[in-house]
Amino acid sequence: MENFTPIASTIGGALIGLSAAMMMLFHGRIAGISGIVSGLLGPRPGEVAWRLAFFVGLLAGGLVLGFALPDFFSVEVTRSPLAIVAAGVIVGFGTRLGSGCTSGHGVCGISRFSRRSILATLTFMGTGAITAAVVTQLFGGVI
Amino acid sequence: MAHFVSFVAGLIFALGLVLGGMTQPGKVIGFLDVSGPWDPSLAFVMGAALLVYGVAFRLTTGRSKPVFAQRFQIPSRRDLPPRLFVGAGLFGVGWALAGFCPGPAIVGAGSGMTEALLFLPGMVGGMTLFRAWDGYMTEQRAARERAERAVVPTAANQETNGAAA
Repeated sequence: MENFTPIASTIGGALIGLSAAMMMLFHGRIAGISGIVSGLLGPRPGEVAWRLAFFVGLLAGGLVLGFALPDFFSVEVTRSPLAIVAAGVIVGFGTRLGSGCTSGHGVCGISRFSRRSILATLTFMGTGAITAAVVTQLFGGVI
Repeated sequence: MAHFVSFVAGLIFALGLVLGGMTQPGKVIGFLDVSGPWDPSLAFVMGAALLVYGVAFRLTTGRSKPVFAQRFQIPSRRDLPPRLFVGAGLFGVGWALAGFCPGPAIVGAGSGMTEALLFLPGMVGGMTLFRAWDGYMTEQRAARERAERAVVPTAANQETNGAAA
């Protein structure tokens, strides 16, 4: 095991759960990041402001924490710009086709015992594990 | 006030992702890659988030309605179409390729992290591509259904005419 951080990760996870709970309590909405962002791309009346406010909160959090906790933004893997952009396109398309990502399916959906979300999470964890192993073993960790 | 709460929830979500280690692509890939030295930290992120949200979700949705909205909007779909699996499968590939999922990509971009600034526009592009493709497919299906409906009444008319004759 390398760089194992069980305490920080547990606190982080609890905060993610707290934030998602706030979105349900105050707005009655699932805190699924890919869905929130996607809803900004084809805006409908009444669907913009809460999404934009959450999105800006994520960006602002990054801005502040980038200064406060720079060690938490280290990369430590070798990825070409082309691979990163391509990965972004795949994630954008895939999360919409599959109706969710780590937050919507992985946290909110599994908490509700949604069969769709449990199967989606197993699927993306599975293809993620295969992809990561292929990059490490066949490409020497550089792509 | 409602939007301020959303903003604060975004801030808390960002702090959670950062402390959890999700804005470190190497750490994310170290979790996904069980073929190397495995870092199980992300399982703790998910476990804690599930515990907190699992309890809070049940307490919250016991209320008659949310604080700022008229009703809870909880996904009700139960179907398992191929696109759920293809989409989730693709997402996993992209997640492991770059080490970013959507939330950390936004937080990373806010911090000015080069990798996130490359990933995020790609992600928005991928979502835009999906919207275009999905819109096209929906339109095609609607057109097919219109064509089928246009044929059926004609046949019915002929039967009626035949009966009259």
